[in-house]
Amino acid sequence: MKKNTENLFKGLIFISPWIIGFAVFQLYPIYKSVYYSFCQYDVLNPPVFIGLQNYTNLFRDEIFLKSIIRTGIYTFMAIPLSMIVSLFFAILLNQKIFGRGIFRTIYFLPSLVPMVALAILWKWMFNGEHGILNYFLSLLGIQGPNWLGSTMWATPSIVLTGLWGVGGSIVIYLAALQDVPRSLYEAAEIDGAGWFSKARHITIPMISPVIYFNLILGIIGCLQVFAVPYIMTAGGPARSTYYYTMYLFDNAFSFLKMGYAGAMAVLLFIIILAITFIVTKMTAKRVYYAEK
Amino acid sequence: MQRNNPTPVSHKKQKAASSAAVHIILIVGAIAFLFPLVWMLSTALKPLPETTRIPPTLIPSKFMWSNYKEATTAIPFWQYAKNTLIVCSLSVLGTLISSTLVAYGFARIQWKGRDAVFYLVLATMMIPFPVIMAPLFVVFGKLGWIGTLKPLWVPSFAAAAFNIFLMRQFFRTIPAELTEAAKIDGCSELGILVRVVLPLSKPVLLVVALFQFIASWNDFLGPLVYLTRQETYTLALGLQFFQSQHGGTYWNYLMAASSLIVLPIIIIYFFAQKAFIEGISLTGLKG
Repeated sequence: MKKNTENLFKGLIFISPWIIGFAVFQLYPIYKSVYYSFCQYDVLNPPVFIGLQNYTNLFRDEIFLKSIIRTGIYTFMAIPLSMIVSLFFAILLNQKIFGRGIFRTIYFLPSLVPMVALAILWKWMFNGEHGILNYFLSLLGIQGPNWLGSTMWATPSIVLTGLWGVGGSIVIYLAALQDVPRSLYEAAEIDGAGWFSKARHITIPMISPVIYFNLILGIIGCLQVFAVPYIMTAGGPARSTYYYTMYLFDNAFSFLKMGYAGAMAVLLFIIILAITFIVTKMTAKRVYYAEK
Repeated sequence: MQRNNPTPVSHKKQKAASSAAVHIILIVGAIAFLFPLVWMLSTALKPLPETTRIPPTLIPSKFMWSNYKEATTAIPFWQYAKNTLIVCSLSVLGTLISSTLVAYGFARIQWKGRDAVFYLVLATMMIPFPVIMAPLFVVFGKLGWIGTLKPLWVPSFAAAAFNIFLMRQFFRTIPAELTEAAKIDGCSELGILVRVVLPLSKPVLLVVALFQFIASWNDFLGPLVYLTRQETYTLALGLQFFQSQHGGTYWNYLMAASSLIVLPIIIIYFFAQKAFIEGISLTGLKG
C-alpha cells in the first residue's frame, strides 16, 4: 500500500511539467475562451457579461457564415486532392525502382520549406503578369488567369500551394506500405489480381489506420488554415480566401472583440470535435486494425 | 508446369513496361516538386529587370550574389535570425528536459490512473492553437510577456503531447533488467533516467529536438500574435513584414531572403535524414 502511494507521488512529480503546462497554457485558456464568449470584452476594459449575444450575433453575421462555407470548400478541395496525390506517389515510391532514394528526397524536400517562404514563393509563381505558371500556360496557348487576384482561382491556388508540401504524408504512407506483408501480394498474384485490384483489396485496407489518421489530421489542419492565405492574399480578393481562423484572428487582435473571438473559438473546437467523431463513425467499419 | 513456360517472358516484358511507366511518372512528378525551389534560387540571383523578362530565363544572365547582401540589409535580417535562434534553442532545451521527465513518468513508473492520464495527454493534441490564442494573449499580457520572446519558448518547458508520446514509446522498449539493476544499486528514479535511460535514447532525443527546432523556426502564427515590437521579430515574421512592405516588386530580394530561411532546414535535413524519416514515420503509427 505504501509502495503504491509512493509510486503515485513519484509519477506525479515526473509528469508535473505537463500538468502545469496543461493547466496554464491549455485548460485555463479554454475556460477563458468559453467565459469570454459570454462577455463583451475589449482587453482594455473588464469583461461585461452579455449572455448568448455573441453567439446569436455570429449566426446573423454574414462574414462569419461565409467564412465557414469558404473554409468548407477549401477543405473539400484540399483533402481528397492531397490524399490521392500522396497515396499515389507513396505507392509508386514503394516499388523497387532505380533511384528510389533520390526520388523520395525530392518529393519530401518541399514539405520542409517554412510556411512563409512557401507562401511568398508561390505568390511569385502565381503572379498574373510575370508569374512563371502563366508563362508555361502561354506556351500551351492558354491565357492564364490572374490567380490570386481572381475570386474564382484564389482558393484553388492556395490548395495547389499546400499540395506542394505533401511530402510528409508520403513518408507516413511509405512507412505504412513497408509493413504490408509481401505474402498477401504473392497470394493475390497467384489468383491473377492486377495492379488496381491489389491496391484496392490489399494495400488500401492494410494501411487504412494510417489513412484515417492522415484524414483526421488533414481536416483539422485545413479548418485552421491561416498562414498561407494570410501571406498570399490577406483574405482577398473580395474576401474569397477569408477563412475561419483569419476572421477569428481579426476579431481578437484587429477589432479587439475578444468575446466574439471567444465564441468563434468555442464553435471551432465544437466543429473539430464533431467532425472527428463523424469521420471516426463513418470510417469505423472500413478501418482495419491487424491483431498485434 | 509445361503450360507456364510462356508466362515468364511476357511477364518480364510487362514488368519492364510498367517499370518504365513508373519512372516516367516519377520523373515528371519530381520535376514539378523540385522546380519551385529551383525557381526560387534562380529569381534570387537575377538582376531586378530580368525577374520580369519574357521569355523568362532559368539561368540568370549575371549572378547577382549582391542580392543576398541587399536582402539581408533591407531588413534587420541578422537581428531576426538571432531572435529566431534564441527561440529555437530555448524551445529545444525546454522540450528535451520536460518531455523526457514526463515520458519517464508515463513509461517507467507504475502509478494508479496512469493510463487514464496518458489518454488525456493524447486528447490534448486535439486542441487547436486558434482556439486558445486569444486568451493566451491575455495571460501573457498579464505576465508582461507580450513584446518579448517568452510566449514562444516558455511553453516548451511544459511538455507537448506529441513529444511525450514519441519518447514514451521509446522508453518502453528499454529492458526492465537494466533499470532494475540500477535500482538495486540504490539509484533514484531521476538517476536512472539520466544515467541509464537517456544514454540509450539518443535517436528519439534527436528526433524530438529536430522537430521542435523546425516547428519553432517555421512558426508564423505564434510570432504574429505575440511579437508586437519589430526588434523581437523572428525570421518568419520579418520576412512577411518585408513582403507586405515591398511585395510585388523586389522579387529577387524576397526570393534571396526566402532561400536563406529554407537553407538551414535543408542542411539539417541532409545531416539527419534518417532521424527525420524515422520520426515522421512514427507519427503515422499511432493511427
